[in-house]
Amino acid sequence: MADLINVSYDTQIPNNVGLSSDKRVLKALEKWHPGYINWWNDLIPQKFQESLVYLRTAISVDPKGWAKFDYVRMPEYRWGILLAPQVEDRRIPCGEHVGQPAWQEVPGEYRNMLKRLIVIQGDTEPASVEQQRHLGMTAPSLYDMRNLFQVNVEEGRHLWAMVYLLQKYFGADGREEADDLLRRSSGSEEAPRMLGAFNEATPDWLSFFMFTYFTDRDGKMQLESLAQSGFDPLSRTCRFMLTEEAHHMFVGETGVGRVIQRTCEAMKEANIEDPYDIQAVRALGVIDLPTIQKKLNLHYTLSLDLFGQEVSTNAANAFNAGIKGRYQETKIDDDHRLQKSTYPVVQLVDGKVVTVEVPALSAINMRLRDDYIADAAGGLKRWNAAIAKIGVPFELKLPHPGFHRNIGVFSSVRMTPDGELLSAAEFERRKDEWLPSKADGDYISSLMVPCSEPGQYAGWIAPPRVGIDNKPGDFEYVQLHMA
Amino acid sequence: MNAPVKQHLIDPEICIRCHTCEEACPVDAITHDENNVVVDAALCNFCMNCIAPCPTGSIDNWRVVTTPYTLGEQLSWMELPPQEEFAAAGEGASGVIEAFDDEVAALLAEAHAGAGGAAKAPASAAKPSVNLFTSANPAIAAVQGNYRLTAETADADVRHIILDLGSTPFPVLEGQSVGIAPPGVDANGRPHRMRLYSISSPRDGERPNTNNLSLTVKREPNGLASNYVCDLTRGDQVRLTGPFGSTFLMPNDPQANTLMICTGTGSAPFRGFTMRRQRTLNGPSGGMTLIFGARTPDSLPYFGPLNKVPDAILTKHLVFSRVEGRPKEYVQDRMRAEKDRIAALLASENTHVYVCGLKAMEIGVESAFEDIARGAGLNWRTIRDGMRNSGRYHVETY
Repeated sequence: MADLINVSYDTQIPNNVGLSSDKRVLKALEKWHPGYINWWNDLIPQKFQESLVYLRTAISVDPKGWAKFDYVRMPEYRWGILLAPQVEDRRIPCGEHVGQPAWQEVPGEYRNMLKRLIVIQGDTEPASVEQQRHLGMTAPSLYDMRNLFQVNVEEGRHLWAMVYLLQKYFGADGREEADDLLRRSSGSEEAPRMLGAFNEATPDWLSFFMFTYFTDRDGKMQLESLAQSGFDPLSRTCRFMLTEEAHHMFVGETGVGRVIQRTCEAMKEANIEDPYDIQAVRALGVIDLPTIQKKLNLHYTLSLDLFGQEVSTNAANAFNAGIKGRYQETKIDDDHRLQKSTYPVVQLVDGKVVTVEVPALSAINMRLRDDYIADAAGGLKRWNAAIAKIGVPFELKLPHPGFHRNIGVFSSVRMTPDGELLSAAEFERRKDEWLPSKADGDYISSLMVPCSEPGQYAGWIAPPRVGIDNKPGDFEYVQLHMA
Repeated sequence: MNAPVKQHLIDPEICIRCHTCEEACPVDAITHDENNVVVDAALCNFCMNCIAPCPTGSIDNWRVVTTPYTLGEQLSWMELPPQEEFAAAGEGASGVIEAFDDEVAALLAEAHAGAGGAAKAPASAAKPSVNLFTSANPAIAAVQGNYRLTAETADADVRHIILDLGSTPFPVLEGQSVGIAPPGVDANGRPHRMRLYSISSPRDGERPNTNNLSLTVKREPNGLASNYVCDLTRGDQVRLTGPFGSTFLMPNDPQANTLMICTGTGSAPFRGFTMRRQRTLNGPSGGMTLIFGARTPDSLPYFGPLNKVPDAILTKHLVFSRVEGRPKEYVQDRMRAEKDRIAALLASENTHVYVCGLKAMEIGVESAFEDIARGAGLNWRTIRDGMRNSGRYHVETY
C-alpha cells in the first residue's frame, strides 16, 4: 500500500479548492490521509479491496463532468474535495444576519457552534460504512454489490469533505476533531459514534435498503439545511454532497421496491392471496410484506430520533445565527427571521397527543422532521402502487411519529404504530408484532446468500429496471478478485 | 399541421424525486409537486446538464409528440405514456430527431435526401446521443494528431485528424457527425457557420477505450472551415458541437450484411463501421462489402491501412478513375460488374446499404441499383423504400 500513502496530492486528489497552493491545509491532509487509508483497509474485506468495481467518480463539479464511470479498485478511488461553484454575491439566507454577504471565513462568535455541526455531520459519514462493512459478503447480485460500494466510497468522500472544512477553517482544534472522526467507531463500547442510529448494526440487505432510504434521507435533510448555511464553504460543500446523496436515496428506494416486487410476484405465481400467511410466503424464499413493514417501522423511527428534540434552543440558535437554515430556505416565502411567527408542534399533555403553536424559531427541528416525513412518504406511495399493480391486498404505512421513540416528547411513552398509547409492559409484550423479532431477523439472514454471476439475482429480490450508467442486464458491475 | 417535436420527459416509475435534476437545470425547466418531477417543454433547451447527475436514469426519456405533454399531465402520471404512432412517411412526420438544432437538422435532412424518404436507423443500432454540446456550450477538444492521408504528389490533400476529449464525456456512434465552426467572424460580424464532419473512428476511440475521435477532412481551395481544420496542429484546441445524426448508424447485429459505397472522404463513417466490427466480432459475421472510388491509389484515403483489413472481415473493391493505362472506373461501374452479388444482397433481409460521398455520386449509384434490380426482375424503388423504412438504406451526401 506504500504507493497509496505517497500519492501526489496535486494530481491524486481531485479538488477545486486550490489545494496545491494551500500548503498548510495540504500538510494537514497529508498527515491525516494514511490514517484514513488504514481505516478503509481495516474495514473492507481484502477480496473486495482488490476487485474492480464499476464506480462513479466525481472529477469535477460541472454537471457533465462529475459522473465519470470506470472500473476502480476501491483503495485507489480518487476521494476528492469538491465544492459546488461559488454563487456570486451570495447572501446569508436566514436568521438575524439575513441579507448580509455570506461568510467566506468562520465568524468568530459562531465558531464552536459551526464546528460542532460539522463534526456531527462528519461523524455519520464513516459510521455508515462501518455499519455496512459485512454486507459485501452476502450481496444478492454484482449490481447490488456495486451500489453498496458506491455508497461506501461516497460516504468516505463526504468524510473527506468535512475533514477538509475542519482542517482548513478550525486550526489545531479542527485537526484534533478530524483525527477523532477516525478514532470513534460504530457500535464501539469505549468510543461509539455520536448518534444512536449510527451505532446500530446493518445486519442484512433489507436493513441496508431501509437504512439508505430512511436514515440517509435524514442525512439528505441535514445536508439540505447545511447547504443553506451563511458560512459559504459549508454551503458549497453540502450542495455538492447532495448530488451524490441522491444515489444513496436511489439505492434505498429501488432496493426496497425490488424486494417488494419479488415478494408480490412470487405470491402471484404461487396463488397466495393472503399477504399475512407468513409461513406460506416464506416457503417461497421471499420476505413477507408484514416483515417488510416491521423493518420499515424500525428504521423509520430510528431515523426520526436523529432530528433531536422537537423544541430546541440549539436549533434556534443555529438558525438565528445563520449557520443552518431550513429545508429549501430560499424557496420559503416568509421573513427568514422567525422572530414573530409560530409553528405547530406535537406535545404530550395529560397523556394525550396535542398540537400546540410554539415560537417558530424554537421549532426548527420539528419543521425539518415534518419535511422529512413528507419526503419519506413519497417512496411509500410508489411501493404501494407497485403492490397494487401486481394485485396484492396490502399497504405499507409510516407509523405514528410517537411509535418506538427514544428522543423527543414521545420518548417517555409507549405507543402502537397507529398512535394509541399503551403501557411499557404491554408494549414489551406486543413489540414483536410491530418490530422485527429475532426470528424475523434469523429468517432474513437465512436468505442472505451471495449471488455473484453477472446478471443473476438472489431469489428474494427482483432485478432493477434500468442498469447503472445505462449498462445492459448482464453487465459485470464488479470483477471479483479471485485469490 | 404541427411538426412533431421531441419532448424530454422523466419516467415517474424510476424517478426517486431527489430533485438533483432541478438543481442542475440552468433554465429552471424542471419542477415538481409531491407526486412527480416534470420538465416544461416550453423551457427545456436540451442542454443535457441534468442527464449525468440523475442517479436513476429516469431523466433520460424522450417522446416524439405533435403536442407536448403539459406540466399538469406529467404531474398526474404514475407511468410514462407509450410513444404515439406516426405515419411511416409523409409530410413532416418522422419518428427520429437527428439534431435539436434547426441549422444542423436542416443540413442532415439535405444530406440524407438521396434516400428518397424519411431516414430510419437500423433496428439493431445503438441508441445515439445527440446535441450534447452546442455552439453556446461546446466541448473543448485538443488536437492529438493531424496526418496527411494522401500522397504529397496527389492532387487532393485529405487529412486524418485525431481530437482528444480529455475528461469530457462525448459519446459517439459510428456514422454520427460533429460540428466545427472556424473561429472568428464573417464580413458582417457574425460568427462563421458551423460545418459538419463525419466521425471516422469507432465509438470507443481510435484505440479501444480512448476518449478521442477522428475526422477525415479534405482541404477545399478557399474553404474556410476545411483549411482551418486541415491546418490544426497538435495541442490546438477545437470547439466541438454535437454529436449529430441518429439514422446513419451501423447495425450492432453481427449477422447484418453491410454494403458500403463511397467516394473520397465519404469513407469516414465506413472506417468507423469496419473498425467497430473488427473490435467486436466474436464468431461468424454477416459480412461487409466496401466499394470505394478515388482518382488514383495515392489519393484514396486510408489506402494502406485498408489493404491490411482481412478479407474475411471486409470485401474490398477499390476503384480508380484516373490510373494511367487503365480505363476509367467509377463506383457504379464496379456495382454493375458485381451485379449478381449485389442482386443477391438486395434480396436478403440482413442487408444494410450505405452510400456516402459527394452529391454527384448519387445519380450514378441510383441508376446502377435500378439496372441491377431490373436485371433481377425487381423494382428498385420498391426495394429501396422497403429497405429504407426498415432502417436498411442510408444515404449521406454533400
